[in-house]
Amino acid sequence: MKSLFEVRNLNKKFGGLVVTNDVSISMAPGDRLALIGPNGAGKTTFINLVTGNLQPDSGDVTLGGENVTRLGPASRVHRGLVRSFQVTRLFQDMTPEEHVALAVLQREGHSGRMFGHYSGRAEVMDEVSAILDRLGLFDLRHLKVREIAYGQQRLLEIAMAMALKPRVLLLDEPAAGVPQSETARIEAALASLPADLAILMIDHDMDLVFRFAKRVVVLAAGTVIFDGLPKDVTQNARVREAYLGSYADAGSAA
Amino acid sequence: MVASLDRTIATPSFTRRMADRGVIGVLAILVAGLAGYLLMPNNLALLTQMIAVAMLVLSIDLVTGYCGVATLGHAALFGAGAYGAGIAAVHFGITDPVAMTAVGLLAGAAAGLVSGFVILRAHGLAQLVLSIAVIHLFHEAANKASGWTGGSDGLSAITPDAFFGAFEFDLWGVTAYAYGVILLAVVFLALQILVRSPFGMLARGVRQDQIRIAAMGASSHSVLLRMYVISGAVAGVGGALSAISTQVVGLDSLSFTLSAEALVMLVLGGTGSLYGAMIGTVVFMLFEDTLSAANPFHWLTIVGALLIAVVLFAPKGLYGSAAAFAGRVRRRPA
Amino acid sequence: MQTVLSIGVDALAYGMALFVISIGLSVTMGLMRVVNLAHGAFAMIGGYFASYAVRDLGLGYAAGILVAVVGTVVIAIPIERLLYRRIYGAPQLTQVLMTIGITFCVIGITNFAFGPTLKTVPLPPLLQGSVDLGFRSIAAHRIFVIICGFTVAAGLWFLVERTNFGVKVRATVDNAAMTAALGVRTEVVYAVSFAVAIALAAFGGVIGAELLPLEPYYALRYMVTFLVVVSVGGAGSIPGALIACLLLGTIDTTGRYLAPEYGEFFFYLAVILIVTLFPRGLAGRMK
Repeated sequence: MKSLFEVRNLNKKFGGLVVTNDVSISMAPGDRLALIGPNGAGKTTFINLVTGNLQPDSGDVTLGGENVTRLGPASRVHRGLVRSFQVTRLFQDMTPEEHVALAVLQREGHSGRMFGHYSGRAEVMDEVSAILDRLGLFDLRHLKVREIAYGQQRLLEIAMAMALKPRVLLLDEPAAGVPQSETARIEAALASLPADLAILMIDHDMDLVFRFAKRVVVLAAGTVIFDGLPKDVTQNARVREAYLGSYADAGSAA
Repeated sequence: MVASLDRTIATPSFTRRMADRGVIGVLAILVAGLAGYLLMPNNLALLTQMIAVAMLVLSIDLVTGYCGVATLGHAALFGAGAYGAGIAAVHFGITDPVAMTAVGLLAGAAAGLVSGFVILRAHGLAQLVLSIAVIHLFHEAANKASGWTGGSDGLSAITPDAFFGAFEFDLWGVTAYAYGVILLAVVFLALQILVRSPFGMLARGVRQDQIRIAAMGASSHSVLLRMYVISGAVAGVGGALSAISTQVVGLDSLSFTLSAEALVMLVLGGTGSLYGAMIGTVVFMLFEDTLSAANPFHWLTIVGALLIAVVLFAPKGLYGSAAAFAGRVRRRPA
Repeated sequence: MQTVLSIGVDALAYGMALFVISIGLSVTMGLMRVVNLAHGAFAMIGGYFASYAVRDLGLGYAAGILVAVVGTVVIAIPIERLLYRRIYGAPQLTQVLMTIGITFCVIGITNFAFGPTLKTVPLPPLLQGSVDLGFRSIAAHRIFVIICGFTVAAGLWFLVERTNFGVKVRATVDNAAMTAALGVRTEVVYAVSFAVAIALAAFGGVIGAELLPLEPYYALRYMVTFLVVVSVGGAGSIPGALIACLLLGTIDTTGRYLAPEYGEFFFYLAVILIVTLFPRGLAGRMK
């Protein structure tokens, strides 16, 4: 299958520290890829490079055959490259309904309209309600974000990403900080995402990664050290060394 | 199923509530206008000036309260409107008051575009410095271009025509006042629609998290610049009203002091609310009229002390604190 | 040639006066991250103290400087304790409002106490004359200001780079939380730095009174100038502030010599250009 999203030979240094070292990843529609690696491996930097929040020193990012390396974050979103944030970035004074409505309006190019309230547009409201309903946020739709639980805020992050109808979705630790009892809800939300959407997820929760991902890429010290099937990852010597260091032989990983 | 049923009921009532709120605001402006006319018939000039400044304060609220840009140079937009209307009347013979207002609106919007273009390039301290430099630059330019602006003597002999040939601008300022009240009601209604529109929502988002706005595919800079132009139009209408009613435009309309005082009025009333902006203006200017008549030297000290007191004791402003208090009272029985 | 030289000397003197006043602002903004619009008000208070001491009480110039520095610091301490402490870490708008409030109060009180007229600090005979350089003579006062500027710059450099206290200041600028965790009492660092900043402002207000004339609206008139020094030079950077001051001194003086009828128009235009070109300051330090 032709690749939808491709990162080629991406490099980034902060001062003398190499945080991204010649990283290449390619994704096809429908991919479910997990990007894992020890703390400080450069996972979030990688996301920031791909989304345009940081500029790489060299390398290319292409989306649907178009080189987007020099584009800003907003232009990449227009082309279908959407991300969520590791630490929730929501508008504390707004309601979930407003968040999702804003995302829908933005996608449709109507967010600059200066007349009329969004609730007056039936087609917008139907879509907003459907998304909120799917993520179990419908009953909370009129509360301010700062009044809802953290797990629900994480779901709202996913809801906003869905409202943008991405072609490629980058999820930066979607379950970070969420109590164990609520991760099922987030997993269900991830499972309900469109089948043809390419998803790259970063997470530390290996159970979640193994249930979700069809492919795993391991990043260590800015370098890709493994790209393959989930079942092979724990047996890989370099992965074991990266995670366990000199204790690699002492016990089993994960 | 239950949920979607609930939605069909909730939505129209919500829309209705919002529309009502705009209508109530307009009614409040008209009633307050009438009350002002009945209570202070000898002071209509002050009340008209209050309305003009209220539009400046509303325009600051758009960029500071809704978008989070701290500016100390907003009088540039007001002054541009005032000089625009004044110059149109004196040098180009455009003396129809509505046309003068339109010129003021355009001049304010243009000044908003220019100062927004300059100020929005930077952030934090640099942005603040740019906003102060902009108002000084406008002031110096108007002072230098005395052929057009009258320089430090001010631009005088602005003589607006009668309204529709029927309502003369009389010595007591009844016509100018009535015009001001109507203008304010129109501006308020337009802004009420604006702030609850998708664009208004986007602006609030820009204030809270610009990185999230970019991740949604929107450009904060474009939102801010558009808001600056709208803000300029509103301030420009205020400036034009001031020029029409006082029939003179002075350099003080382009001063740092006016910028700072208008910001004080906004903070006094409460940022991020159109009502707060108007309440702050009325309270501040009534206060000023009473106290500065006694001693203009003490006036600046009092403004300073007031500002410190608001920061320390009522950071949400009069309207914001009252609204928060009302919210707490309402929630308690539930 | 004569004009160029006159501009050069005046620009250097003006820039140095500016430096002495605003370096304290730069250091405290780097340390406490407070947008302090009232800094010029303290320079003005210093100037008024000296004017009162020298002109009305008949004290000597040096004694006047001492009165100004001590008096201003004494006034500033309760203001720091009661007002500034409340806005450390607050949003920028809050800091702007509070410090503008302080500025307005200072202007109002000064206007009430001393009247709206210009105040001077009479110079001692030594500084009144001019110094003959052979090809040209220069006002002694200008030379005095220039020497003071370089002395302050060198002294501060020594304090920050070569003393134990300086290490603590630099560490606190870099990372206040970490420095506090290492056992440095950062509130003492703050208090001492604030006092030094105010003392320098007062000192600068006195020696610069010939170049930045004392009147109640001083605090507003030069507000943007002092802020530009910090914004362009970079908060907390001594060389940055020095370069910014010399640049601003040159622009302002040149404008007044060559195009006096334009007032401060070109000065503010230059400010806008400089800040736009260097939004992160000349040093370009990333935040």
